[in-house]
Amino acid sequence: MIERDQEKSESFTRRAFIIGALQGIALSALSLRLGWLQIIEGEKYRTLAENNRINTRILPPSRGQIVDRFGVPLATNLQNFQILVIPEQVEDLEKTLHDLKTYMAVDDASISKAIKMAKRNPRYMPVEVRGKLNWDEVSAIELNLAKLPGVSIQQGDLRSYPYKDATGHIVGYVGRVSEEDMNGDPLLSMPGFQIGKSGIEKKYEDGLRGIPGKAEVEVNVHGRAVRELARSASTQGARLVLSIDAEYQRFVQQRLSTERSAAAIVMDAVTGAVYALANHPSFDPNVFTGGISAMDWEQLRDDPANPLNNKVAGGLYPPGSTFKLCTALAGLEAGVIDEHTSASCPGHYDFGGNRFHCWKSGGHGTVNVVRALAQSCDVFFYKMSTQVGIDRIADMARRLGLGSDLDFDLPETKAGFVADTAWKRKQKNKTWHPGETINASIGQGYMLASPLQLATMTARIVNGGKAVKPWLAGYEDGKRIYQVDNDDLGIDSFHLDLVRRGMEAVLQSGGTAYAARITENGMEMGGKTGTSQVKRITKAERAQGVRRQEDMVWHLRHHALFVGYAPISEPRSVCSVIVEHGASGSGAAAPIAHDILLEVQKRNPAIKAMEKV
Amino acid sequence: MSLFKSSFHSDDMTFLGKISQIAWGQIFFLCVLASIGFLSLYSAAGGSIKPWAEPQILRFCFALCLMVLVAITDIRWIYRLAYPFHALVIFLLLLVDVFGHIGMGAQRWLDIGGMKIQPSELAKISTILCLARFFHGKELYEIKQFKTLLIPVAMMVVPVGLVVAQPDLGTGMAIIFCGVAMLFAGGVAMWLFLAGIGVALAAIPIAWQFMHDYQQKRVLIFLNPESDPLGAGFHISQSKIALGSGGVFGKGYLKGTQSHLNFLPEKHTDFIFTLWAEEWGLMGGLFLLMILGLIILYGYWISFRCRSQFARLVAFGLTINFSVYVLINIGMVMGLLPVVGIPLPMMSYGGTAMISVMIAFGIIQSCNVHRDSRLPKGL
Repeated sequence: MIERDQEKSESFTRRAFIIGALQGIALSALSLRLGWLQIIEGEKYRTLAENNRINTRILPPSRGQIVDRFGVPLATNLQNFQILVIPEQVEDLEKTLHDLKTYMAVDDASISKAIKMAKRNPRYMPVEVRGKLNWDEVSAIELNLAKLPGVSIQQGDLRSYPYKDATGHIVGYVGRVSEEDMNGDPLLSMPGFQIGKSGIEKKYEDGLRGIPGKAEVEVNVHGRAVRELARSASTQGARLVLSIDAEYQRFVQQRLSTERSAAAIVMDAVTGAVYALANHPSFDPNVFTGGISAMDWEQLRDDPANPLNNKVAGGLYPPGSTFKLCTALAGLEAGVIDEHTSASCPGHYDFGGNRFHCWKSGGHGTVNVVRALAQSCDVFFYKMSTQVGIDRIADMARRLGLGSDLDFDLPETKAGFVADTAWKRKQKNKTWHPGETINASIGQGYMLASPLQLATMTARIVNGGKAVKPWLAGYEDGKRIYQVDNDDLGIDSFHLDLVRRGMEAVLQSGGTAYAARITENGMEMGGKTGTSQVKRITKAERAQGVRRQEDMVWHLRHHALFVGYAPISEPRSVCSVIVEHGASGSGAAAPIAHDILLEVQKRNPAIKAMEKV
Repeated sequence: MSLFKSSFHSDDMTFLGKISQIAWGQIFFLCVLASIGFLSLYSAAGGSIKPWAEPQILRFCFALCLMVLVAITDIRWIYRLAYPFHALVIFLLLLVDVFGHIGMGAQRWLDIGGMKIQPSELAKISTILCLARFFHGKELYEIKQFKTLLIPVAMMVVPVGLVVAQPDLGTGMAIIFCGVAMLFAGGVAMWLFLAGIGVALAAIPIAWQFMHDYQQKRVLIFLNPESDPLGAGFHISQSKIALGSGGVFGKGYLKGTQSHLNFLPEKHTDFIFTLWAEEWGLMGGLFLLMILGLIILYGYWISFRCRSQFARLVAFGLTINFSVYVLINIGMVMGLLPVVGIPLPMMSYGGTAMISVMIAFGIIQSCNVHRDSRLPKGL
C-alpha cells in the first residue's frame, strides 16, 4: 500500500515536472514575445500608434472671388451641403448608397460615380455622393444618421455665377477634379473639391484656389475626432478683379441674342481693358458646378451653334474685308501707294490669266485708299497687293496682332494664322503664287483670325500704333497683373491717320456701313465691314438664280464681320463683331456694333478707376 | 464518519492551526495581481474608479474571505462532494443550454433568483475534482489500462460538449487542456497520449464543421491577421500596436494612447494585459509575468507537498487551469493565438470569473492545509 503510494507519488512528480517545464517554456516564450514587440519592433509600432492617434485633415480653402471692374461679383461661393460616405465605415457601399434614396434624390449615375471614386481613393477617404442638398434633404438625413453608418453631411462651398450665361465664356466654370488633373496633391482628392475647367477659373486656378489649412486631430477608433491638437487655417484664394463691366456685358449679351450665332468684344483701345466679351448662344456655368447631367451636356455639345465655343477668342475666321485695313497700311509703308494713289475699278481684275471679281460687279470707278476702304473696293487692293507682296502684308498683320494668342487671359484663345512665303515653302514645299496674294489682300485664303485679334488690330490702328494687348484680369489680390506700357509698332502716324479717315468714311455717306452710323454728337464711330466667305456661289447656283447670300441655307451663308471704334475724335472704345452666317458685314454686324459702341460711350466704364481689391 | 477518524492525524487541526498552514505567499502574490488589475481598470476608465475598479475591489474582498473559508474546509468534504458536485454542474449546464440568457452571442448565464450563475465556470473546477477523485481511487497499473480511461474521458467530454454548445469554445478548450494534463500527471500510459494527439489532429477538420461562423473567421484571421486589419483582425492588430508602442518603460500610467482613444477593444476585459503593458512597458509586462509565474510555481510546490493523490491532482489541475487561462489570454493579446475570448484571471473585469478563480485557489490552499490528510480509496 505504502509502496504503491510511493510509486504513484513519484510518477506524479515526474510527469508534473514535465508539464511544469512546458509551462515554464511557454511563459518564457511570452516574455520573449513581449520583448520582441516592445523592443525590436517597438519603433514600428510607435509609428503606427502615432498614425492611429493623430489624423491630419486638410481644410480646403475657400475659392477666391471674381469681380468685375466695379467690384460686382461674377463668381462667388454659396453654402453647399454635400452628402459624404466613408467607405471603410460602411459594410455594403452599394446598399448604403441605394438606401440614401429613401431620404433624398440620388440618380444611379451619381451612385456609380461614387463607387468608382471609392475604389480609387483609400478607404478612409470620404466620397461625395451628391451636393446641393436642400433643407428638406439635409434634415431628413440628419434625422436618420443613426441608421446610416458612415454617412455624413458636410458643409462646403458651391461656386455660383450670378450673371449666368452672360459671363459664362469669361469666367468659365469649375468642376470636379478629373483623373488627368490628379497630381498627387491630397487637396484634389478631397470629396467634392472643384477646380477651374475653363475661362478665367482655369487660367487663374493657382491664385483662385487658395492655400489649404491643416488640422491635426486626435481620433478614436471610429475616426471620430476627440480633440484638435493643432490647426493652421486655410487661406482664401486671391480675389480677381476683371476689366469687365458686368452690366455692360449683360447688355452686349442681350444685343447678340437677336442673332442665331454671334460674338462681340469691346475693349479699350489705349489700355487693352476688355469691357465686354460675349458669345451667343452661351451657357450657364452654374449647371456645371453641381455636376452637369448627361442630357444637358449632350444638348450643349450637339447644338450646331456651339454654345460651348468661345468664338471671340477661339473662333477662327477668314478676316474678309476687315483685313483691308492691314493691307492698306502695308501698301502705304511699302510706298506702293500713298494718299493720292488711285485705281479704277471695272468690277474685276485680271491677273495671270485669272479674273478676280470685285464684290460690286459694276465696279467702283476710280478710287483712292480712303474711298477704297469706305466702299470696300476689292480691285484697289488686288492691284496694289501684287506689288507689296505677301511677306510685307504678313509682317504688318503680325505687328497688328494677328497670328498670335496675344497672351490673352482665356485658355480657349487660339492664335489664328498668318500665311507667308516662308510658311508655304516650309509646310507645303511650294512657292507662293501671286494670285494667292490677291486673295490674301482682301482677307481670304489661308489667313485665319479671331474677333479678339481683329479688335486688337483695330485698337492698334486707332491708338496711334501702340502694341496694346487685350486683357481681362486686372488685379489679383490687389496686385496689378496687366501690362501698362505698350511698345510703339513703328507705323507712320500719317498712314494710320489715312486709314482712320477711311474707317470714318465707312460710316459716312457712300460708305458700306452708312446705315449703321452713330448720329449722337461726339459719339460718332468709325469702322470697317467684312464678309468672310464660307462657300462660293457656284456657277450652277448663279444659273439657278441664287445671287444673294440671303437665298442660301443658313450654314452656307457668309459670316458677317465688323470692326469699329468710337468716338472718332479721340478713339477709346474698339469693338469687333461677328455674326456667323450673317451674310453681310454691313447688314448684320454693323448695326450690332452701332448699338454696343453707343452704349459703351454712354456708360463709359473707364470714367471710374478700376477696383483694385 | 468513523472511516475518517480511524486513520488520519490531522483531522483535529484547530482553526488557528489551519490558518497558520495557509501558504500566505501565494495569497500575497494573488493580492499583488489583483491590485495590478485594479490599477488597470482605473486607467481603462480614463482615470476613474467607476465603473470598473470599484466593483472589482469589492468583489475581490468578498472573494478573498470566501477563499480563506474554502482553504480551511476539510479536504475530505471536498473529496466526498466531488462526484455529486460534478453531476449538479452538468445539470446546470443542461439548463443553460435550454434556458440560458444570451450575452455576447452566447448563452452562458443562468438567472436563479436574481443571481447570475455561469455554470461553465463551475464546470472547470468540478471536472478537475472529479478526475482527481477518480485517479485517487485507482492503482497505477489499472490506470495504465485502456479500459480504465473510458470513465474519466466521459467525465470530461460531457461538460465540454455542453459548454461548447453554449457556445463557449474557449472554456471548452480550457477544460480539455486541464483534463488532458491531469490524465498525463495521473499516470495514463504514454502511448495513449501519442495516439490521442494523432486522433486530435484527425478531428480538426470535423471540429471545423461544427464551429460557428464567427469562430471560423477568428481562426482564419489568426492565421493571417494582416488580411483584414480593419475587420475582424482589428483586435489583434490594435493590441500589437498598443503593446509594441509601449516600449521598454511604457507610456506612463494613465497615458496609454491606444487604450484611451478606444483603439484597443475590450480593454477592461480580454485585453487588460495590453493596457497594462502599454502604460508600463516591458518592465511592467515582465513584472506581471513574474507574479503570474510565482503564483503558478506556488501551485506546483503545493501539489508536490501533498501526501494524497487526490490533493496532488487537485492542486495540480487547478494550477494548470489558472495557467492555461494566463497563457492563452496573453498569447492571444500578443498575436500568438487566436482571439478566443478568454479573460486574464484576477485582472479582467468580471465578478463570476474572479470568484471562481479565488474559489479554485481556496481549494488549492485547502490541499496545502490538509496536505498530510489521508483519504480513503474507493467510494
